[in-house]
Amino acid sequence: MIDTVLRREFEAALGTESVLSDPLQLRTYECDGLTGFREVPALVVLPRSTEEVAAAVSLCAKAGLPFVARGAGTGLSGGAVPVAQGVVISLARMRQVLDFDPEDRRMVLQPGVTNAEISRIAAPHGLYYAPDPSSQVVCTIGGNVAENSGGAHCVKYGFTVHHVTALRVVLPDGSVTELGADAPESPGPDLRGLFIGSEGTLGIATEITVRLLRTPESVRTLVADFPTVEAAGEAVSGIMASGIVPAAVEMLDSLAIEACEAAVHAGYSLDATAALVVELDGMEHECDEQFEKVVALCHEKGTTNVRIATTSDERALIWKGRKAAFAAVGRISPDYFVQDGVVPRTRLSEALSRIAAMSGAEGLRVANVFHAGDGNLHPLVLFDEGAGESERAERLAAEIAEMCVELGGSLSGEHGIGLDKACSMPEMFGETDLAVMRQLRAAFDPDGLANPGKVLPTPRLCGEASGRYRPHPLEEAGVIERL
Amino acid sequence: MTTPHGGTPETPATGGGFDAHRPPSPELLSDCVHCGFCLPACPTYTLTGEEMNSPRGRIYQMQLINEGEAPLSSAAVGHFDNCLGCMACVTACPSGVQYDRLIESVRPQIERNWARSRSDRAFRGLIFRLFPYPRRLRVAAVFGALYQRLGIRRALSRTGLLRRLPARLRALEALMPDVPLRSALRRTPERTPAVRTGLGEAAETETGAPPQSAAATAGQDPAGPAPEPPAARRTVGMVTGCVQQVFFAQVNEATVRVLTAEGCDVIAPVAQGCCGALSEHAGREEEAVVRARRLIDTFEPLGVDVIVVNVAGCGSALKEYGRLLADDPEYRERAEAFAAKVRDVSELLAELTPLAPRHPVPARLAHHEACHLVHAQGVREQPRTVLRSVPELDVVDIPEADMCCGSAGVYNLIQPGPAEELGRRKADNVRATAPDAVVTANPGCLLQISRHLDKQLPVLHPVQVVDASIRGVRPW
Repeated sequence: MIDTVLRREFEAALGTESVLSDPLQLRTYECDGLTGFREVPALVVLPRSTEEVAAAVSLCAKAGLPFVARGAGTGLSGGAVPVAQGVVISLARMRQVLDFDPEDRRMVLQPGVTNAEISRIAAPHGLYYAPDPSSQVVCTIGGNVAENSGGAHCVKYGFTVHHVTALRVVLPDGSVTELGADAPESPGPDLRGLFIGSEGTLGIATEITVRLLRTPESVRTLVADFPTVEAAGEAVSGIMASGIVPAAVEMLDSLAIEACEAAVHAGYSLDATAALVVELDGMEHECDEQFEKVVALCHEKGTTNVRIATTSDERALIWKGRKAAFAAVGRISPDYFVQDGVVPRTRLSEALSRIAAMSGAEGLRVANVFHAGDGNLHPLVLFDEGAGESERAERLAAEIAEMCVELGGSLSGEHGIGLDKACSMPEMFGETDLAVMRQLRAAFDPDGLANPGKVLPTPRLCGEASGRYRPHPLEEAGVIERL
Repeated sequence: MTTPHGGTPETPATGGGFDAHRPPSPELLSDCVHCGFCLPACPTYTLTGEEMNSPRGRIYQMQLINEGEAPLSSAAVGHFDNCLGCMACVTACPSGVQYDRLIESVRPQIERNWARSRSDRAFRGLIFRLFPYPRRLRVAAVFGALYQRLGIRRALSRTGLLRRLPARLRALEALMPDVPLRSALRRTPERTPAVRTGLGEAAETETGAPPQSAAATAGQDPAGPAPEPPAARRTVGMVTGCVQQVFFAQVNEATVRVLTAEGCDVIAPVAQGCCGALSEHAGREEEAVVRARRLIDTFEPLGVDVIVVNVAGCGSALKEYGRLLADDPEYRERAEAFAAKVRDVSELLAELTPLAPRHPVPARLAHHEACHLVHAQGVREQPRTVLRSVPELDVVDIPEADMCCGSAGVYNLIQPGPAEELGRRKADNVRATAPDAVVTANPGCLLQISRHLDKQLPVLHPVQVVDASIRGVRPW
């Protein structure tokens, strides 16, 4: 419970203009990009520096208050949903670039800098930041670290974890520490790697060192239309099997195309059942040669039309359409859930047919727009909350995620587990796995104050019977101990 | 307890905080999917980093108030008042949320249902008893000119008295442009005929067919008995604007010269009053409605093809007359007909193939897009097209082009704090392009930007550059 005395302590540490307690203001922080889950926080604080974050976390630790770090609030798994009677630590005012060394291709950022801003600042030096989640114009690097975000180009370049070399973090007791180093590899366990993707449960990153890549000499982009989703899937397999490593391979089905066109007019064909966006980058001669191969492959697999971007503006427009897809679906449906799951690329067609069947069975439309190159699906379940369809939609979305696991994939590709999928974790992980994760978490946050209730299923959250504590086998063997 | 779609027990429901007269529509509110793509586009979110000062957060608050989950509180009013109404979020939104309509439905609700403090009421009263009245503005401009000419400003600033004025009065004082007395007293002539030379050929080179007025069609009749002078390409009614005609008479003069040089007859009714844009954008709906009706009454009998406006803020309101008067059976259709004829001067000029030869203007221009042109009216390319007709002119975009300069109607007077921060930011971005001059299609932006550039660079309306190019004179 936060009383006036405690609120004043926050105000004294951060300044009154950095502490929000008006009921209406607090309610604007009650949800993130996934509005299905809402909880009003007791307080929102907006620190400006590592020291202020540490001060806020220390106060939480002292008072035993749960806290949730929040970036731009665009997460799609409820990872930034506040905890009742807890504190939201918004990093939206920490937007400084602390250091930029173009020669060393390195930038040190506060967590509130947006993903797109990094590349914008780096661009005059011929550099860019590779991970490019579709929400890159708004999502923050801090949120990217929490979620280990990917994006269209991670099929070639990898995820956030491959591009963040060091972190300064405030641990849940308020102490500040460094994880990782400037060097790409450091001895000992990779705590930096552990922290990235921990969804705010291990602490708050306040200074983030990213490595930048040289802007490729050549970029070639095409959109190929296909008469069936299966044919498009085969083209993807064909491209990957040919040994070409594309910079991005994205697929949109007809519903997704309709939404994108309504929002952006990017020139996707409205009569195509599926469209593939394929991008190659690299040295010019290599790029051109491989691009011809890709075009030939698309024809081989029955493409009805290949559109090749001739200018950088046209390429940007194709990507703008693709990246606006999620929100654009708001134009063709009153409500929707964005699902995020991974299947082995070889089982893409199977997964899509099963989604179509499940969608038919529930009587709800599902739009598909996804990173085909690495099997990262983003089915969008369309529904009308006003028509009482939300429960069916939630069920369908959960069934799709669980199907991904069944096919040998994953519950989440890049949006995180958050609150949304915590209860599905046992579908993918055994008791032992989850116990290890809890142990790890407890090593950083013994009191469970950092973003509690996210990622790991809890009996309260998932309606399980709360059983007796079961020691981990390693604990029984005396290898590890409970903290 | 986390409950999907749940309300919260902490906030007592008090019954809808909005009254029944056009509250924000639940359908429009539900278009928002909470994706957050509007956040980086929003000037107040950029300044504060606060969710409740973002479009997404404001829509959320509208929803809570609409559903009676929260009252219309001073916090809410503050966050709505903070919104500049630049509508950059409308451009940024992938879901097509009509935030413009939402915020415009909330502002009158505040004016009706929220008791502002006495000083706030007094200051707003002062603004709205001054700015929509060109005659009063002229008097103010004369005093302003004397104030500057006689060195009173310098004397006052030496005493430090200016610094002790309340922030809003200080903003008003600082914004005052250097208006030559002569300019403040000039008026646009009621009728200026088209320059007829070359008009004959124009009819063939014309791209889009012009909507012909009765007079124009008669003049074009080939079987006509006498060789009448060729008809004008358009008969244009011109809205002269309040601040525009007093502080920027030269922009109106340039507009008339360019339009007539391009073969248009220009009619600028002397009796036209304020179009109501300032009032409407501030939620003073009744005032806006009265003014809209009067302006329709003034222009309707003229039978013009096009109604041209060179003020982005006025233009956005004029184009919305149909919606403003939707509940008025007598005016509804007339308002729609009026709105359908409204064009920004750049839209009309982009439609007309240039007729008058352009002389080179060898200069580098920073182009600041007025929010009410680009975001509210969706007019982005036309000013560029028009400026491209000028040889040797180099037009460059400003970094953070979509960010409001902080003028936003009367916002810089009512909310001087954020307006100043935005003004400085815009001025820095302008300087970064190292231009010879700045162009922007709105007098509010003109005042705001020249103030924050410390009047070091000429700031012009694009039509002034075209005018200078046609006349072969230096634009500044």
